[in-house]
Amino acid sequence: MKRLGDILLQEKPFSEIVMGNTALVRAMIEAGTRVVTSYPGSPTPEIAAAIKSIPGEKRPFYFEFSTNEKVATEVAYGAALNGHLSTVFFKSVGLNVASDTFVQLNLMNIIGGMVIILGDDPGANSSQNEQDNRHYARMSYTPVLEPASPSEAYVYYREAAKLSREKRMPVIVRLSTHVCHAKEKVSFQEWHPSHADDTPRFNSANGPYIPLTKEVFPMKRRALQRLREVEMFAESPSMCDLLDNGNKGRGLITFGLPFLSLRDVLERAHAKPDILKLGVVYPIPRNRVIAFLREHEEIKILEELDDVMEREIKALAYDEKLSTRIIGKTDPEDWIGEYTPDKVLDIMEKTWPDLLPRRNVPDKGLPSVPNRPAQMCPGCGHRSAFHAIRKALKDEYITVADIGCHTLGFLPPYQVGEILMCMGASTGIGSGLSLFNQSRKVIAFLGDSTFFHAGLPGVVNAVFNQHNLTLIVMENGTTAMTGHQDHAASGRNFNEPTEKIPIRQVLEGLGVEHIYETDTYAQRELTDLVKKAIADEHFSVVIAKHPCMLKFTREQQRQPGYRRRSVEIDQPRCEQLHVCVEQFACPSFQRKPDGTIEVSKDLCIGDGSCIQVCPTGAIPKPAVPS
Amino acid sequence: MENLNVYLAGVGGQGIGLLTEVIMRAADHAGLKVKGVDTHGLAQRGGVVISQLRIGGKVFSPLIPQGEADVVIALERHEALRAMNGFLKDGGTLVYYNTVWQPLEVRLNKTPEVTEETIADECRRRRIKEVKAFKQELKDSRMQNTVVLAALDRHRIIPGIKTDQYLRAMGDLMEGQKLESNIEIFTNNGKFHPNSKGPGR
Repeated sequence: MKRLGDILLQEKPFSEIVMGNTALVRAMIEAGTRVVTSYPGSPTPEIAAAIKSIPGEKRPFYFEFSTNEKVATEVAYGAALNGHLSTVFFKSVGLNVASDTFVQLNLMNIIGGMVIILGDDPGANSSQNEQDNRHYARMSYTPVLEPASPSEAYVYYREAAKLSREKRMPVIVRLSTHVCHAKEKVSFQEWHPSHADDTPRFNSANGPYIPLTKEVFPMKRRALQRLREVEMFAESPSMCDLLDNGNKGRGLITFGLPFLSLRDVLERAHAKPDILKLGVVYPIPRNRVIAFLREHEEIKILEELDDVMEREIKALAYDEKLSTRIIGKTDPEDWIGEYTPDKVLDIMEKTWPDLLPRRNVPDKGLPSVPNRPAQMCPGCGHRSAFHAIRKALKDEYITVADIGCHTLGFLPPYQVGEILMCMGASTGIGSGLSLFNQSRKVIAFLGDSTFFHAGLPGVVNAVFNQHNLTLIVMENGTTAMTGHQDHAASGRNFNEPTEKIPIRQVLEGLGVEHIYETDTYAQRELTDLVKKAIADEHFSVVIAKHPCMLKFTREQQRQPGYRRRSVEIDQPRCEQLHVCVEQFACPSFQRKPDGTIEVSKDLCIGDGSCIQVCPTGAIPKPAVPS
Repeated sequence: MENLNVYLAGVGGQGIGLLTEVIMRAADHAGLKVKGVDTHGLAQRGGVVISQLRIGGKVFSPLIPQGEADVVIALERHEALRAMNGFLKDGGTLVYYNTVWQPLEVRLNKTPEVTEETIADECRRRRIKEVKAFKQELKDSRMQNTVVLAALDRHRIIPGIKTDQYLRAMGDLMEGQKLESNIEIFTNNGKFHPNSKGPGR
């Protein structure tokens, strides 16, 4: 078997099929990166998975999952002030959390260099929006390199690290979801392991590092000056690809994954336009762009998400008094969704109707298939929790969800959690909903990783300002939705076992007076506790806990002699009340056309959390496998 | 060789990632150029999981355009139909593992389950070659993907990849008992009938 950890540490050049996220880790190793931090969020957690494949003692850099993206950014920044090349990575909306620190970075002289890897999510595959983080780059004068493929991700990270070190400034490498997750054979260079000189090099003489009063202007001036210098780098042949198809009439400017979509689409074109593909998307290589504009009558800017580059190029053309026709976004749909080959085909047909052969009209008479929304796993403690908590809720109550697996409680049949915003927002939003409100009780939900990430300020505020709502902390011991990363209450960090920071004691320390706690499988007790907590007329917290059963089951399966168990329906006893399948709704229950229920052996893990939900006792305890 | 687009679909937890990785590596061992991408919105059990593979020299994006898959490989019956509807060319090939993980609407009795007949009719109508895979009494449902892999090999679904290359790819990715039991399933043609009928029939 090939071991990823060994592959990544090879000293000779090699090629390997890897995903974009993995290619980044090899680039970190080759570049001499010394400190890497993150908070888990799709599409980036596989970067950490690749890091984990390298045993701790062989890992050439330090890695941690920090409590949130802002802290992760600060840890990476602090390390870089001591001269270590550092990197922080997180998902698109993670930058909102990190932003207070992030926007200051380019005012600083970051002597070690610092690369920020952003996993943006056009298409909102796994995020609550599809924000275009190039806006943040503009706001903070931070350069952005955007690769289109795993091979480019590898090269661009190394370039970003070099640039960042040279200029002592932060540099962003922005990947979209399907660049992070794309796989191809990447050719890697050699790696010369060297003994890192870890002398702490912080020196205030390298600063100033205190952006106050009159110091701010020279710092800002330097940031703008650096950005100018990066433009030279952006012009370099390694960062600009010109595909010269000899078309004087039409040209396209694009970057990132849409470039590859475009190339697929243009395979069928009657006369291919020229393409200028940019590697540095902020700041843009002015001279190259102007030259390309001059050489063509019409230029289409193919830009996923927002019209950031379009505005810049149009302004350039105005300044240069160019008469080139520049075609940007024309309708709101151009701002929305991922620029897949299908989307790019639509856009190209709209831009130049004569460019491509006509398409066949899609078949309309296809048989329908029921949707399959993501759902809680068999045995999930959240399912027991929602089943029990629903019984304590009245129709007029208002329920507020947070980010995490428990968000899925909004789906039928539970329909708990009618409002969702972002990490840690539930307690604050719930507090607002409770104002001038005597008649409708407010219940907020919060996961345990999120509790530490951004949930604490809302909890402190509810105590401090005496809000009247009930918070239910759904504690499963892990950051489940992103693939089971440990958090402050897990008892482990990325590198070693640690003392748990117990949520109950944190709440007690904050002065929460009404705290209830139970395992979610104790459904009746949970219903009672939630009723009590709601009746409290003060800020009250219910800790509803059960370990993540997906994680637990996977760990069990690795044990020698593991035997899978599953429940079965006692058919003669079953009265087909369908509580198990329609209200508890564990996906293991499969409905036959005659209404009988069967348990899928592929799905059931034999946890038995369903036994108590059957009013006729038709689900006996699973037999111990022989 | 012409480009070959392979669209894989399943439900989270079925092991589609490993299946994709085996095919990619087997294609590489066969000297074919290959790109792929996994698309799993939330890393959750129970949602739809898609992988896309594009084999050939003239491939740029890892994403397959709608209606342009030459082959659909599905690990579940509903997902087979969904993938056919969205991505499979008329005249293409469908390989599916004939099991059912009922979607929510089916379990809530709002929609009937997709039947084998619906898929067979649709394949006839659209001139799609249908290959059904199923193995009774499989010890671990996570090995269904290997039953499908065996069907891909037996029916030479991906031209240019030989049995040895699939085996070598499996050896790249697994070891010990896991590798042994998967190889046993992959090679054990005696007990395995790729066109056998599905469960409960």
